[in-house]
Amino acid sequence: MALQVTRFSAWNVLKNGFIGQSGWSRQWRDPEPKSKYDIVIVGGGLHGLATAYYLAKNFNLKNIAVVEKGWIGGGNAGRNTTIVRSNYMLKGNREFYEHSLKLWENLSHDLNYNVMFSQSSHITLYHTPSALDSAARRYNIMRQTGSDAEIWSRTKLEKKIPHLNYAKNARFPIYGSLVQKRAGTARHDAVAWGYARAADKLGVDIIQKCEVTAIDRKGQKINSLQTNRGKISAKKIALAVAGNTSRLWHLANLGNLPIESHKLQAFVTEPLKPLLDQVVVFGVGGAHFYISQSDKGGLVFGGDIDWYKSYAQRGNLPIVQDVAESAISLMPCLGRVKLLRHWSGIVDMSMDGSFFMCKTPIDNLYLNAGWNYGGFKASPASGWYFADLIANDRPSEIIKNHDLERFKRGHYIDESGAGPDTKLHG
Amino acid sequence: MIQIECPFCGKRDQSEFSYGREGQITFPALNADENSWYDAVFLRKNTYGRQIETWQHTHGCRSWLLVERDTVTHKIFSVKLAHTDWQKQIKKTT
Ligand SMILES: Cc1cc2nc3c(=O)[nH]c(=O)nc-3n(C[C@H](O)[C@H](O)[C@H](O)COP(=O)(O)OP(=O)(O)OC[C@H]3O[C@@H](n4cnc5c(N)ncnc54)[C@H](O)[C@@H]3O)c2cc1C
Ligand SMILES: [Zn+2]
Repeated sequence: MALQVTRFSAWNVLKNGFIGQSGWSRQWRDPEPKSKYDIVIVGGGLHGLATAYYLAKNFNLKNIAVVEKGWIGGGNAGRNTTIVRSNYMLKGNREFYEHSLKLWENLSHDLNYNVMFSQSSHITLYHTPSALDSAARRYNIMRQTGSDAEIWSRTKLEKKIPHLNYAKNARFPIYGSLVQKRAGTARHDAVAWGYARAADKLGVDIIQKCEVTAIDRKGQKINSLQTNRGKISAKKIALAVAGNTSRLWHLANLGNLPIESHKLQAFVTEPLKPLLDQVVVFGVGGAHFYISQSDKGGLVFGGDIDWYKSYAQRGNLPIVQDVAESAISLMPCLGRVKLLRHWSGIVDMSMDGSFFMCKTPIDNLYLNAGWNYGGFKASPASGWYFADLIANDRPSEIIKNHDLERFKRGHYIDESGAGPDTKLHG
Repeated sequence: MIQIECPFCGKRDQSEFSYGREGQITFPALNADENSWYDAVFLRKNTYGRQIETWQHTHGCRSWLLVERDTVTHKIFSVKLAHTDWQKQIKKTT
């Protein structure tokens, strides 16, 4: 039943050039769901797929399925602005995201799939001397965890990124920046497909158009999942459904969660010649804006979440306006560029802006959620540590405080210090 | 754009308002046990569909409103003042 997948290699690319590209196989199987698995992962986004891959690869586990209600990568996986960085400051977060960045650095080779990870630098702009001082504090903390960080002066920025607004009379003149050179962007679809293909190769069943509609729970245990493609029972069940976490939680009758679903929009312009090499972040005076240029030439950018709870996968106009204003104040040269598309995804905002990766009140249920607006960069480490949690039935030291009970212990992991209001962590 | 019919100011764009939280949340007494405070401050039902929620007309009359809205379609079913008993409340505190 195993599918012979053609490896990607220089030789195969060359060979297929001569035989009219007829030598490529299907990339992964499309199996019917079995009635029993050892492990079922709900959610075929990046986190679910990566988890399946590392369960198979790092722990040599077989008999795993990923069930996805739509198509893989159709959720936030395929909707994000693809920024990858590790400039976190709090314990737990910083080791986790730095590990993730290290996994990104070798991901294309590991998966034999080009995820187009481009370490083009991540530039956070600062506009006052005191803001730059606080950036220096973050710089020091990052360096202590083994991440790279640099401080660039305005003069250096003017040379490196010539198209920003350096006007002396700008409302918020640029003063300097914190730079992470190993950060950058990747191609999100390729990450989903790469993990799916690699996991499938190790025997994982990836089952699309399979929605979990009910959960059969007996006390401290889940026996089976009801899906639109039949009943599936499993020894262990793992949730990685991002913005839909509360819905699944309610299906299992588990009450309320420290999570709210919000929507985050993203935008892409018509393609342009190379204009911007780095990811640039602008955040001052209530503005929040990040921009990069894709390999196809479109400028990809985004801003804040829409500020109110929502499960609608479409954005609202006030944010379109905010984001357009930020774009123009940061890069006035974009004034006449046309917007090609904009869309939104449902993000699982948590009460302190940090994620949950933990055991649950149910013995055989594991939770991966609360990625806020930043779970793309986390995907490899999320899969890595979630697989470790599921396989060993205990969290590793690094993520041991990323549990649901942390608020009860007073252990918030609140990078921005915004307090328990989910929308403020956008 | 979502428009909310403020009982004082009439129909206004959503950008004049700020979203508060789920409307069923009530804060416990100050001396209540920690668990009930934990529930009120940190836990959310996060309803998919119709819910009652609070909004403040920040850039208008500044009243707090109870809005019944579908979180999937954004359709609004009703809007009313959150503090209908404000006169009673004021008497109690003075
Ligand atoms: C506009 C936008 C921009 C972003 N930008 C960035 C960024 O620049 N950098 C960054 O690091 N992060 C970013 N993020 C966040 C990042 O995309 C998410 O945190 C991450 O993708 C979430 O993990 P996932 O890929 O597993 O989620 P998803 O892809 O959403 O996967 C969850 C899956 O679960 C499935 N599902 C739900 N319910 C069920 C059910 N009942 N049965 C079966 N399947 C179900 C869904 O269909 C979905 O495919 C952004 C997000 C958005 C929306
Ligand atoms: Zn009003």
